[in-house]
Amino acid sequence: MATHNINVTVNGEAHAAAVDSRLLLVHLIRDDLALTGTHIGCDTTHCGACTVLMDGVPVKSCTVLAVQADGAEIGTVEGLAGADGMTPLQEGFQEEHGLQCGFCTPGMLMTGTALLESNPNPSEAEIREAISGNLCRCTGYVNIVKAVEYAAAKTGEGD
Amino acid sequence: MIPPQFDYHAPGSLDEALGLLGSLDDPKVMSGGQSLLPMLKLRLASPANIVDIGRIPGLDTLAEEDGFLRIGALVTETQLEQSALVALAYPILLDTAKVIADPLVRNRATICGNIAHGDPANDHPATMLALGAQLVATGPDGARTIDIDDFFFGLFMTLLGEDEILTEIRIPAPAPASGGAYVKLERKVGDYAVAGSAVQLSLARDGTVASAGIGLTNLGITPIRATAAEDALTGQAPGDDTIAAAAQAAADATEPIPDRRGSIEYKQNMARVLTARAIRKALARAGG
Repeated sequence: MATHNINVTVNGEAHAAAVDSRLLLVHLIRDDLALTGTHIGCDTTHCGACTVLMDGVPVKSCTVLAVQADGAEIGTVEGLAGADGMTPLQEGFQEEHGLQCGFCTPGMLMTGTALLESNPNPSEAEIREAISGNLCRCTGYVNIVKAVEYAAAKTGEGD
Repeated sequence: MIPPQFDYHAPGSLDEALGLLGSLDDPKVMSGGQSLLPMLKLRLASPANIVDIGRIPGLDTLAEEDGFLRIGALVTETQLEQSALVALAYPILLDTAKVIADPLVRNRATICGNIAHGDPANDHPATMLALGAQLVATGPDGARTIDIDDFFFGLFMTLLGEDEILTEIRIPAPAPASGGAYVKLERKVGDYAVAGSAVQLSLARDGTVASAGIGLTNLGITPIRATAAEDALTGQAPGDDTIAAAAQAAADATEPIPDRRGSIEYKQNMARVLTARAIRKALARAGG
């Protein structure tokens, strides 16, 4: 079966890859690019552990073909913290105890990052709606919502 | 899970896509892929060739034109949710988009894909039945229009040919004093419906129901139009007795399959309850 030559930018870094038609985006990210921060949970489009940003939009990378990402900008959890340290949202997860086992956290962070980008001051209802495709089996939703609120408040202070 | 082997094609134009569908062995059209890719991974589908229409320009129209709301093949659920026009004039579509899967899936899932998939558990078919939508299927000989009532004829079976693409949905612009609502019962966020009911109606000046469209989700092997329920409303003043009679007629039109989501009796009763709720919500939106 045919392979396809694709170009993707992941966390600002350009990558060229020859991918099989059926390769999933999450496997390109984890196996080929060795960015294992993006997790595979259910592998059936339910849990959101594999959430990445595709041209700024959060998507489930277990349900996107790698070849569909040709030409796209992909953002993963590894791209969040920079030279200045953690993003306000990552800091919020630390300060508000937004994780227990941490398996859902990369997906929660990517969905939360996209939410705050489009809606810098979301209500609790809007946060809960936004993360409704990301499942936390430690049932830590209360503190995850608080973590997003923390980031919104911290970012708002700078305005 | 890894999908079975297939070859992948990303045509840059509609003509190129139609050419591929006409020449490739066992082709399957993909838009958002949010139904198809899970089916591939579960090995419930194994097409030899996937034709991804996602890069074709001009298929993303979402606008009112010539008395119709036009929804192009690549319009996503998220775009529908964010449309001011939809929120204002087609709230039933907003109701529907909001209860499909979850926001991450809706960022990629398309409305046309939701219809073309032919799954009776999908939510838009009932809504499109209520709205009296027309479907534009484009094939090698050009475009043809299919009435939504003729489109579904079996489980995952539609009138769409293997060499055709569902390029557009056309919804007649609602008459004055119209309202619609979609009400779905689901076990958890993003689940398929236990039952769902879509109601679109318009009121005459005297407050009677001038027209009614009622579609039902996941209550048979195809999406169902509840014709008797529509008849029970049309021409009537929509009081409690009329609503109850219409809701019962909707339940009587169902042939649900018993499964983990409930027994036949439970699903039929939910069809009745949800239809009554959808009628009341539609009436309130119509100003009745």
